[in-house]
Amino acid sequence: MTMGASPSISIAVVGSGGAGALTTGNSLLEAACGAGWHGLFTRTMGPQIRGGEAAGLLRLAIQPVECLPDHFDLLIGIDWLNAHRFGAEIKIGPQSLVISDPRGGEPPPMVTQSGARVVEIPMKDLAKAIPDGRPNMIALGIASRLLGFTIEQVFAPIEKRLADKGPAALEASLAGIKTGREAAAGIDFDKQLAAPKTSSTRRWLLSGNEAAALGAIRGGVRFAAAYPITPATEILEWLAPSLAKVGGVLLQAEDELAAINMIIGSSYGGTPALTATSGPGLSLMIEALGLATASEIPIVVVDVMRGGPSTGIPTKSEQADLNIAIYGMHGDAPHLVLAPQSVGDCLFTTQWATYLAESLQAPAIVLSDQFIGQSRAAIERPADVAFIGARSVATNITGTYQRHAMAANGVSPMAIPGTRGGQYTADGLTHTERGTPTSGAGDHLAQLDKRRDKLDHFNFGDHWASVEGTGDLAVLTWGSLTGAAREAVGRAAADGIDARVVSPRLLLPTLPERMATALKGVKRILVVEQTHGGQFHKYLRAHYDLPGQIRVFKRPGPLPITAGEIHRAIAEWR
Amino acid sequence: MSKPSDTPKVSNLNDLLAVAYQVEIDAVERYNVLADQMETHNNPELVKVFRDLARAEGIHGEEIRRLAGDFDVAARAREIARFGRGDSPEEADLGSAHYLMTPWHALQLSLAGEKRALAYFTSIVETAKDPKVKTLAAELVEEEAEHVNLVHRLLLRYPKPSENWADDLDPPVSQE
Amino acid sequence: MSTANVTLACKPADYKSDVKPIWCPGCGDYHVLMSFTRAFAQLNLPPEQVAVISGIGCSSRIPAYTNCYGFHGVHGRSLALAAGLKVTRPDLTVVVASGDGDGYSIGGNHFLHACRRNIDMTYVVMDNHIYGMTKGQPSPTTEPEFDTALSPGGTGVRPFHPLVVALASGANFIARCFSGEVNETADVLAEAIRHPGFSFVEILSPCVTFRPDEKAWKDMVHPAPVGATSDQGKAARRLMTDDGFNLGILYRGSRPPFQPAVGASNIDLSELEKDFEL
Repeated sequence: MTMGASPSISIAVVGSGGAGALTTGNSLLEAACGAGWHGLFTRTMGPQIRGGEAAGLLRLAIQPVECLPDHFDLLIGIDWLNAHRFGAEIKIGPQSLVISDPRGGEPPPMVTQSGARVVEIPMKDLAKAIPDGRPNMIALGIASRLLGFTIEQVFAPIEKRLADKGPAALEASLAGIKTGREAAAGIDFDKQLAAPKTSSTRRWLLSGNEAAALGAIRGGVRFAAAYPITPATEILEWLAPSLAKVGGVLLQAEDELAAINMIIGSSYGGTPALTATSGPGLSLMIEALGLATASEIPIVVVDVMRGGPSTGIPTKSEQADLNIAIYGMHGDAPHLVLAPQSVGDCLFTTQWATYLAESLQAPAIVLSDQFIGQSRAAIERPADVAFIGARSVATNITGTYQRHAMAANGVSPMAIPGTRGGQYTADGLTHTERGTPTSGAGDHLAQLDKRRDKLDHFNFGDHWASVEGTGDLAVLTWGSLTGAAREAVGRAAADGIDARVVSPRLLLPTLPERMATALKGVKRILVVEQTHGGQFHKYLRAHYDLPGQIRVFKRPGPLPITAGEIHRAIAEWR
Repeated sequence: MSKPSDTPKVSNLNDLLAVAYQVEIDAVERYNVLADQMETHNNPELVKVFRDLARAEGIHGEEIRRLAGDFDVAARAREIARFGRGDSPEEADLGSAHYLMTPWHALQLSLAGEKRALAYFTSIVETAKDPKVKTLAAELVEEEAEHVNLVHRLLLRYPKPSENWADDLDPPVSQE
Repeated sequence: MSTANVTLACKPADYKSDVKPIWCPGCGDYHVLMSFTRAFAQLNLPPEQVAVISGIGCSSRIPAYTNCYGFHGVHGRSLALAAGLKVTRPDLTVVVASGDGDGYSIGGNHFLHACRRNIDMTYVVMDNHIYGMTKGQPSPTTEPEFDTALSPGGTGVRPFHPLVVALASGANFIARCFSGEVNETADVLAEAIRHPGFSFVEILSPCVTFRPDEKAWKDMVHPAPVGATSDQGKAARRLMTDDGFNLGILYRGSRPPFQPAVGASNIDLSELEKDFEL
């Protein structure tokens, strides 16, 4: 669904030292989505573990939201301590409204130099006047009044959140919200959302990480090994109780080296398995990914990319793990690399990745990122896709079992331990069809061919990429930038510029013929990626024939690339 | 842990036959393992020596099985014929193998085994209460004595190798 | 450990594959292979119900020489792979094979946590006090004065005491064997497999090529002066003071093995989705 030029309203809430700005933002999201709107919520924070400065960034609309806005319509500063940190991320202008607490410190340059209208409301004092009152509830009340929500709509998520905190807490929150709404009564805010559409399907509110975890279970994963790392830990934390509920297991590992080997062990024993990590963890897992490739064991590794290299920026998004995902393994090791394009797509892509890994007996790396992993969004309930893992299993084995026998489609049936007659030793050493080690040229070539051909000959269908629109200009991007690209192309259409969006979901194996078809008639390609080194551009040039001229819009994290910036790049390219 | 006795206790004829049988088939197994090793390690002369020794022990084993008639010596052996501290007397010590070993070495291994078997059966002659057991044990002693003589005669054909028999000018290879 | 089909009567030969080992003649691991097959036969385990998991090194070649399921993985990570396998397939008998390099050096961290986790499996380390496969570098158990190309004059570093580390980390069964004593080793392995939880068996297994001095081991090993204890304090004292050649089962613990309930619950996936519904 494209945002195009459709209206949306964007709100940022800033506060520090336990002010609860994120709770305000999240609650607004829940209130809006509960009432039928769509929304996307993300957070940005300082480096402290608690008490740091934080900003909740929220975009609401009638259609699904897949990217952040170019600028915010409403900025509520519960306080301004260290808020200058968010200057680059929270863009406001003369059309924006700022609510500021006069006792909240000096507004930062992002406010004072923006030309925005500033209205002062003493949120802290108002909160103090309520027993157990909190300024973030005042802020929530203010926002809800300005956006036109009813008190029932805004209180519903609070009731849920504070359900086990007792009636006093609920009373205090309700009082805070009411007070905030009163304080905002006279303020002129002309932005209102159109009435929400009634949805025929159920809608969900979840983060990309949660979606990925559910996608894994839908795909048949029943074992996960876990080593925590920002920003992937939520996948594992959601899986821990959920796997148990469906008869599976999550085991905490001592490190990523153990985690990746544990999932290989589980898969070898017949149980589809997954782990989730980020860049530094993926680096540790590379050796065993090679083992899974060579021994033809299906596994899924979700990499929720963050700023790199090395420890990098753990809490921010970037797309610079493309290289290691595609080229990281030593030797020639064809495998699967996929990338979800939005919060909702994390579910489908992880499920599909599990199906592909199982069908092709190969490891699959799913490149999510911090932005879609940790953002919450409302989505239509994903359809039940019939992609449940389809591993080819050897049964009724006679004669000496050949684990890696040549096959027309390159996939040889796998004997699961416990199957009589199927005993074999899986090996990372180059092996014969039987699986025993060899250094022979014929065997090595035959097995290399087999592992490459099984991927290259597979019919991936239409899910390999999103290919939308017509026109001789194509925005070629991937992952979390797909939403911004779509919105930019929609805005360009309103300007009379006809452009396409091409975003591969399957990054490996490469499908040069499909890409050529997608780019047929294209004369200008705008590559958009969130890296410093142009990893995606170089990948494209290495593996595909790209027609016409190419411009590369690349920027590393931590700031997202907005629809506005992409739109400008399209418009400027005449 | 209670220590099992190092050699099996034999109190009747069938048990002695079972143990004697086990001694032979253990030797067959070891010699075949050694022959396989020599084959993998490209020492064809020793492959032949060990296969020949395995065959000879196999024949001894068959003789004992025939002596036992209907009695299932193999099954009884599994129950009682357990040797400790380095295993069955006639077994070649795998630890003494070497990829460059010469027939002289193999025969020394065999000789040591035969002598141990001889000593074991002699001890049974000395300690057995059952006269039938004593008699059979004495026969086995004679058999083993003949084997010892045979090995000595074979050794006459193979001189002791020089001191640098194990020298290999090529360095070892790392496979992983 | 799984219950075997009692009508099956497997002989040790049934557990040997037709693959010829590449180990040097004279290597202690040939004896260890015999002990494995005798132990499996003692326990009457169907070969297809046994999985032998290994890493990299001479000892780690053992899975392919058995007729069981096997995994020859990457260096040092066999315990992790085995954990993932056993936890999802508690019906299998899982034996992990390693050496002093694979197990105590690169695998050291996983060793600690495997003992700690106490999943039901048996860990067999063929310790030859050297890195054999890569031609003779010191291992964590090599004597500090042993001269090698990588450590001229010896490392000067005190060797690791794996049995003490195992005890401190929570291993439920600790034993030391000598490869030359094939039947004793087989008996210990059988008991280790039978014993619930993480069983650790170190087997001194001489390297004929790089440690010919280890031929002397057969005269240096001796049965431990006392039988196994289940008292951790006693075990600690005994292990700290032994000369490295005490043979036998040295410690038997009673920690319940770690095994999550697999397949116990199976709710409809729609139940999981309820958390997200608006």
